[in-house]
Amino acid sequence: MQRIIIALISGLIFGAGLVISEMINPIKVQGFLDLFGNWDASLAFVMGGAVAVTLLTSRFILKRKTPIFADRFYMAVKTSIDGRLMLGASLFGIGWGLSGYCPGPGILNAMINPAEAIVFLPALIVGGWIGQRYSA
Amino acid sequence: MLEAFPSQALLGGVLIGISAAVLLAFNGRIAGISGILYNLLFNPLSASERSWRLAFLVGLLVGGYLMLPVEFELREGYSQWLLIASGLAVGIGTRIGNGCTSGHGVCGIGLMAGRSVVATATFMAIGIITVTVLRQFIG
Repeated sequence: MQRIIIALISGLIFGAGLVISEMINPIKVQGFLDLFGNWDASLAFVMGGAVAVTLLTSRFILKRKTPIFADRFYMAVKTSIDGRLMLGASLFGIGWGLSGYCPGPGILNAMINPAEAIVFLPALIVGGWIGQRYSA
Repeated sequence: MLEAFPSQALLGGVLIGISAAVLLAFNGRIAGISGILYNLLFNPLSASERSWRLAFLVGLLVGGYLMLPVEFELREGYSQWLLIASGLAVGIGTRIGNGCTSGHGVCGIGLMAGRSVVATATFMAIGIITVTVLRQFIG
């Protein structure tokens, strides 16, 4: 139960952060990726702010042997930089640029721009399913 | 200059970082949205594995909803084909690359994982190229 409440709180903060930062606005995201055009640098502060916090906190968190409410840290098993990672990241980059949506903002746009979410989200789920079939 | 400073972006980013730190410190989990979503949808999970992921996604939607008065221009009339192609590419890419902006970009870099640094640099660079091509050559 504790872990469910923590996950809920973490999700709440994440969702609030995505909206406040305007990451959920695909026009803004495409403007941020439009480096050689009419660049909107503001979203760099989203990534910068988030990474500053995780960089600072991770080292302290991982000093503990276990998390506060769990038996271990569930870290990524894979460490290799391989073709799958590069292909996956590249496809994601193409998709991100084409619409301005990454998964979190895509999900939140079900409430903000349902006309787009009703097209984007089914495609996202089908894509995830296809990717899953080719995952080891 | 002061009014041009993107304080909202910074505040939102810090919140996202705090969210990831909370999930890691208390539950030992990575706040990667694509991984949470796909594990929930496609992998058989025990009740406890399912419930925290569900709780996170419910929180994500509620947290976003509570902040919605933030105003911005809503995009209308965007190409349906681009939205479909985008959804497919994001879905396939984040699944086979094991992460998106949150898992690799925010959490992975925070943990100084080489894979995540490379993945983030790659999807940012390809995203920039994609938008450049879209805007300069297609319109």
